[in-house]
Amino acid sequence: MGNKQTIFTEEQLDAYQVRYSNTFIAAKVNILQSQLHGRYHELAPHLVPMDYTNNPDVKLPLALIINMPELKENPFRNRIVESFSEDGLGNISFNDFVDMFSVLSETAPRELKAIYAFKIYDFNTDNFICKEDLEKTLNKLTREELTPEEVNLVCEKAIEEADMDGDNKLCFTDFENMISRAPDFLR
Amino acid sequence: MCVCVCVCVRARVRGSQPASQPEPAQARRLVPGGASLSEAPPGTLEGKRVRRRDDGHIPPLPPKKSRFPARPQPSAHMDLDSVFYTHQHGLPSNPLLDQLPSYQSLLYRRKSSSASSTKRRSSMRGRFGSTSSWRWKGEKLEERPRSPQLNRPVHELTLSIEEKRRNKEQRMEQDKDLSSWKQWRLNTHRHLKRLKEDGMEVLSALQLWRGDIHVIEGMFGTGILSYFSFLRFLVLLNFVIFLLMFGFVMLPIIAVPYASGNSTFKVHDDAECSDYPSTSRQGLVVFHQYILDLLSGTGFLEKTYLFYGYYKVEAVHFPKFKYNLPLAYVLVTIAYLFLSLIWIVKRSAAGFKQNLIQDEDRFQSFCNKIFAGWDFCITDENAARLKRSSLLYELKTDLEEERIKQKIAGRTRKEKCRIYLLRLVLNLFVVTVLAACFYSIYKATVLSQESQLTDCNFIVKLIVEYLPSIVITLANFITPLMFTLIIQFEDYSPAFEIRFTLMRCVFMRLASIGVLLFSLWSQIAKCEDGNCSCGYNHKLYPCWESRVGQEMYKLMIFDFIIIGAVTIFVEFPRKIIVTYCDCGLAKWLGQQEFAIPQNVLEIVYGQTICWIGTFYCPLLPAISTIKYFIVFYIKKMTLVNNCRPATRPFRASSSNFFFLGVLLIGLALACVPIIVSIAQISCSKACGPFVNYATSWEVVPKTISQLPEELRSFLMALSSEAFAISLFVITCLAMFYVIALAGAHKAVVNQLREQLAVEGRDKRFLIQKLVQAQRKTMRSLSSTTMQDRHRPLYHGAENSSSEGLFTQLPPVSASSV
Repeated sequence: MGNKQTIFTEEQLDAYQVRYSNTFIAAKVNILQSQLHGRYHELAPHLVPMDYTNNPDVKLPLALIINMPELKENPFRNRIVESFSEDGLGNISFNDFVDMFSVLSETAPRELKAIYAFKIYDFNTDNFICKEDLEKTLNKLTREELTPEEVNLVCEKAIEEADMDGDNKLCFTDFENMISRAPDFLR
Repeated sequence: MCVCVCVCVRARVRGSQPASQPEPAQARRLVPGGASLSEAPPGTLEGKRVRRRDDGHIPPLPPKKSRFPARPQPSAHMDLDSVFYTHQHGLPSNPLLDQLPSYQSLLYRRKSSSASSTKRRSSMRGRFGSTSSWRWKGEKLEERPRSPQLNRPVHELTLSIEEKRRNKEQRMEQDKDLSSWKQWRLNTHRHLKRLKEDGMEVLSALQLWRGDIHVIEGMFGTGILSYFSFLRFLVLLNFVIFLLMFGFVMLPIIAVPYASGNSTFKVHDDAECSDYPSTSRQGLVVFHQYILDLLSGTGFLEKTYLFYGYYKVEAVHFPKFKYNLPLAYVLVTIAYLFLSLIWIVKRSAAGFKQNLIQDEDRFQSFCNKIFAGWDFCITDENAARLKRSSLLYELKTDLEEERIKQKIAGRTRKEKCRIYLLRLVLNLFVVTVLAACFYSIYKATVLSQESQLTDCNFIVKLIVEYLPSIVITLANFITPLMFTLIIQFEDYSPAFEIRFTLMRCVFMRLASIGVLLFSLWSQIAKCEDGNCSCGYNHKLYPCWESRVGQEMYKLMIFDFIIIGAVTIFVEFPRKIIVTYCDCGLAKWLGQQEFAIPQNVLEIVYGQTICWIGTFYCPLLPAISTIKYFIVFYIKKMTLVNNCRPATRPFRASSSNFFFLGVLLIGLALACVPIIVSIAQISCSKACGPFVNYATSWEVVPKTISQLPEELRSFLMALSSEAFAISLFVITCLAMFYVIALAGAHKAVVNQLREQLAVEGRDKRFLIQKLVQAQRKTMRSLSSTTMQDRHRPLYHGAENSSSEGLFTQLPPVSASSV
């Protein structure tokens, strides 16, 4: 891929305003051309055009994205891709792709990450993290190596710690409040 | 208790029956009649957030399979909590929830074609529409009450790229309305912000070892990452200290011939004390003697820039001014100690803030593990597996801790006495072990200093020279093993066990240096006839500071050799054995784990030596920088090739605080010998910059006495007792104030937490009442107007429904209560 190849117009580049120093992909505006688009392109070379100046409407399915090396080992990769896709089923356009990596980068602000984290952990997308969501999260984290009583105990304790309004599930305010005090969250 | 609650929860979820039974309880809980919620059941407004266990009511949740939960079945009994279900298809049940600001911050991005998103689009349009309506009114930008979303830069909003673009276009159009002055100001502001962000990017790209550390983070997670970034911090710190020393002490001496100055030194009157015999080897020198000299700083190295003894300069006269070298020497020493202190404190401030606010030990530990436990940076399959197992281990440890806590609470008096007695005995044992180690260090130092072997083997001589270092290293190797063994009998909780063992190891490591220095000094001050004429034993130690410097130099070299040797001769063979040999030994050893605490103690020990030794050996920071530089690559190599991550992982956040805390202890310990030797101990008369002063500190009062009158009286006032006492009192007051402030903040945080809970319940109550009233209105409307087509009331952001609701609410609520 040559350096002078026009993949995006200047306005498109400007509009992305994606900030640099993602952990894996340097998504600086002028590196956007070669690196991020390159990654997107190599997932499906026959689908993704090289030239993006006329904003083609290309979406890649979930199965392609979750096999990327950065996401392959992540237990929440399905949920991550689903929550960044527009249709909620995991079909990612290039815009969504850039969004995903910019939120996952180390320079994204904490509130943004908290919002997306809530979406990711909310498996049934009812805007609450209920006990089932928690149990699913825990099982994905530990690959079901905890006994069901232990899972249940841990979920109950977690809800006990974070639930503020007493409805036995976590709404976004509860989640954000708890996350703001979790020191390890930003990674 | 827990078991039966979970059973009934499960039944409820599977059955998805309407929860008819708890409804009256719920209504009771929410105190109908509009009374204040202060009568909520006790136990909720206490400090702890005790969740109501007896209330097993959990609303039946929609089935998990479909992403779009089905509508709850309408039932005869109004399940009050069903108002909180949202739907993506069909009729949403509460447009009110969608309009809440907290919900709008969770906006999903949906395709514009799907019907379900029309309501969201319209609500968004409503939001944007309101801003554009403001624009049409032509209001000034500053007078418009900016919603929090608008104030943030575009790239931080949680919108898709198209919406961000639209947002940005809108903002640009809005800005065109402004006057040119304000436009220019806004533009400059934006450009400056961009410039600042670019600058930060460039700075972060210039960081040392950035790529290496990223690779390590991806493979081993953030606990080990913090160790390596700590190492990087130490390299930078040592380099800066070296620059200080070099710039202020060495550079003037080096620059003397080039700047046409000359250096003067006054010879001390007392010829006996100032006799410094030559240390260069005479005659035929065997080759290995040079190696011995290189490794122990004697011989040809002794009278070089390396050691204190070389700087026998009183003043350096440059054409324009006179440079007082002794004063510079003392002040640079104090300066680098201060600099280290400030830099470490600044670095640890962030972690400390969190520790101060969260005083509860087990605060949020489960939530932290579930939501923030997974390290999203892991890319390696093995690392992912290990992270999973470590999370599992952590969760099991936490559950275990809960059980132990309950066990401790249930201990009988007899058992408590037994445990306390056992702990006392074991602590005494630990103290005796420590005393034995210190005594052996003392003996080794004395032996090393007193031995006058001249015609022995080169190796034996080397060993004798390095005897204190060898003994210290051996002691530091054996004692942690002993401590880990002992603590298992003392029956503490696992977290406390780890911390207590670490504290003991830290104490052992750092105190051994102190013992070495003390034994050195006892040797130096020990004269034959009991009374030292020069204040020290000038026959054996004509230049005792150089001797101390040599000991520090030897310690540092030996430490470096040990790190390299352990890596090459212990870790690599272990890896080879474990990989290729299938015997019982391999199984028992297991693969090497990168034990973070021990490694951190190692480098803190090295840094303490550097701090103490820089006064006696000005080039030591440079040696230390090079040493840590090489150690980084050694550790990285051993980590990548030999190690698997620890099964008991260190949490990154608390580990930063731990590292810097231990470093601060090392700094505090390093200050003590330096202060004592500067202020108390008489400096040697034969070498060094302080030949003409009784102690090193004396140069400062002498310089002050030569200053002009006003400055001198000012400085005298600063050092008087009155000033010191008032400063002390003011500092104490400031400290008490800050402590009180912290306590007040904690109380405010607790209060706000409770208020948050109360607000949440308020909201639920109000929404439930509203929807109840809505439904009653709907029913009464549909029953009275059968002819009218059933107008869909729940349509997007049509405010008519809610307005209608509000107009009809008063008569309805009176009947519903």
